[in-house]
Amino acid sequence: MSKRDYTEFNLGPQHPALKEPETFRVVVEGERIVKAEAILGHTHRGIEKVAEQRDYNKALYLAERICGICSFAHNANFARAVEFVADVEVPERAQYLRVLVAELERLHSHMLWLGVLAHEIGFDTFYFLVWNDRELVMDALETLTGNRVNYGMNDIGGVRADLTPDIKGLLMRKLDELGPRLEKIKEIALKNKTVISRTKGVGVISNELARKTCVTGPTARSSGINWDLRRDQPYFAYGDLDFDVKVSTDGDVYSKITLRIEELFESMRIIQQVLEHLPEGRIKTDVRGKLDGSAVSRIEAPRGENFHYVDFRNSKEPYRMKVRAPTYANVVSSVEVLVGHYISDIPVIVAANDPCFSCTDRTLVIDRDTERYQILTAKELRKLSIETTKEEIM
Amino acid sequence: MKSITNWSRQKSLWLLHMNTGSCNGCDIEILAALTARLDAERFGVKLVGSPRHADVLVCTGPVTIKMMDAVKKTYAQMPEPKFVVVVGSCGSTGGVFRGGYNIYDGVEKAIPVDLYIPGCPPKPEAVIMGVAKLIEKLNGGS
Repeated sequence: MSKRDYTEFNLGPQHPALKEPETFRVVVEGERIVKAEAILGHTHRGIEKVAEQRDYNKALYLAERICGICSFAHNANFARAVEFVADVEVPERAQYLRVLVAELERLHSHMLWLGVLAHEIGFDTFYFLVWNDRELVMDALETLTGNRVNYGMNDIGGVRADLTPDIKGLLMRKLDELGPRLEKIKEIALKNKTVISRTKGVGVISNELARKTCVTGPTARSSGINWDLRRDQPYFAYGDLDFDVKVSTDGDVYSKITLRIEELFESMRIIQQVLEHLPEGRIKTDVRGKLDGSAVSRIEAPRGENFHYVDFRNSKEPYRMKVRAPTYANVVSSVEVLVGHYISDIPVIVAANDPCFSCTDRTLVIDRDTERYQILTAKELRKLSIETTKEEIM
Repeated sequence: MKSITNWSRQKSLWLLHMNTGSCNGCDIEILAALTARLDAERFGVKLVGSPRHADVLVCTGPVTIKMMDAVKKTYAQMPEPKFVVVVGSCGSTGGVFRGGYNIYDGVEKAIPVDLYIPGCPPKPEAVIMGVAKLIEKLNGGS
């Protein structure tokens, strides 16, 4: 293998279809990847610093806008950390309502991911199908909280919106409608030849690698790490609810699909239980005045473990706020896994971890030998991915 | 000549979506506007992968320092006539992130903007309405 065989190119930072800009610098030999490197920080907005100038009621809404997909996870996690500092008891009904929104969010996030993955392998019919069904979940969220994306559901000490009988009836109807549709999605995802040929055995994260790179969430569970904060360190009302934590040992992209689909059904189960056993009572305890002390809160976001740290020094504004989102842990594993795969597998592997980015646009191919520049667009890269799909099923 | 081009584009605006540092909220709502339920493609609106194919640059996010160059370059690569639509509050004014050390408080600091769709995030219906307004603006022969 001489040096002239290598080609180095940048993926990103911009992607036409989805999500955040991030760059991957990839070295390839022919079509095979020999080295990959992630360059992060394109969406760094300095939220932790901005939060230091806002009091905790305002910082709550700032925390929500860390991510638009797992907005409730960040929002609730920040609220929980502040509640620890203020040492208040959150009413039981509020705890149940938080579980309700968190699980609805997990439904919408997992379905979003499934659609994106289908799009990356060129199976757009499935993508549209899943996203159409996802709208049911979005309707449920909008009815309950008033918003589709940034719900503004939490308040320090409780929640802001109550579940009235009317809303409950509407929610039940939506979920009844969603059940059979999820079954259909499951059938397509697990049996379709296109999906299987492009995902089975691709991007395998071994148990060893998963432990080494400290992955979290569904990525960890698909590599045989049996860890879910909802069960292992119950928060909100999860301790009272009955659900299973699904684990797979294959570690490939296909096992991530099956795992997330199983989790969809578990989320449905949790939501049913919450709607049936919602306790009566208040939904909020007031928190006022200055706070002193620090606290850590961890919850299981749709993508993995979400960590918030707040420090108050006799003030309403946090002296320090620190956030660690699950993608930051998971992206390391996808970079390691890319090595040895084909260029056309990049979108699939990178998307498989459900990162908060999926960037494959404006690929710059530099041939080291001739110093010839070639710019590949994401469209071309996706075309390459689709061609591979076609070849595999032929 | 420009009015003829504008007239021909009324029914098929091709969008290039660019995340300039947003939280993904607006991005998934733009996609929701394009997928099955609302199906903006019936108006001839579709997402394209390359700036060279695009008529409209759809920006979300307050423009971080690292994205500033990329935004300018992408805008420069688009063929004339080109339009810029900003989706979301933080892309318009900085929104909740206003005053942050790593952002420019709005897309207008980087490139000229034709249309703002405020909201955090705007509903998919609002995104479609924004596109309809842009088509209206083209009708006016701007």
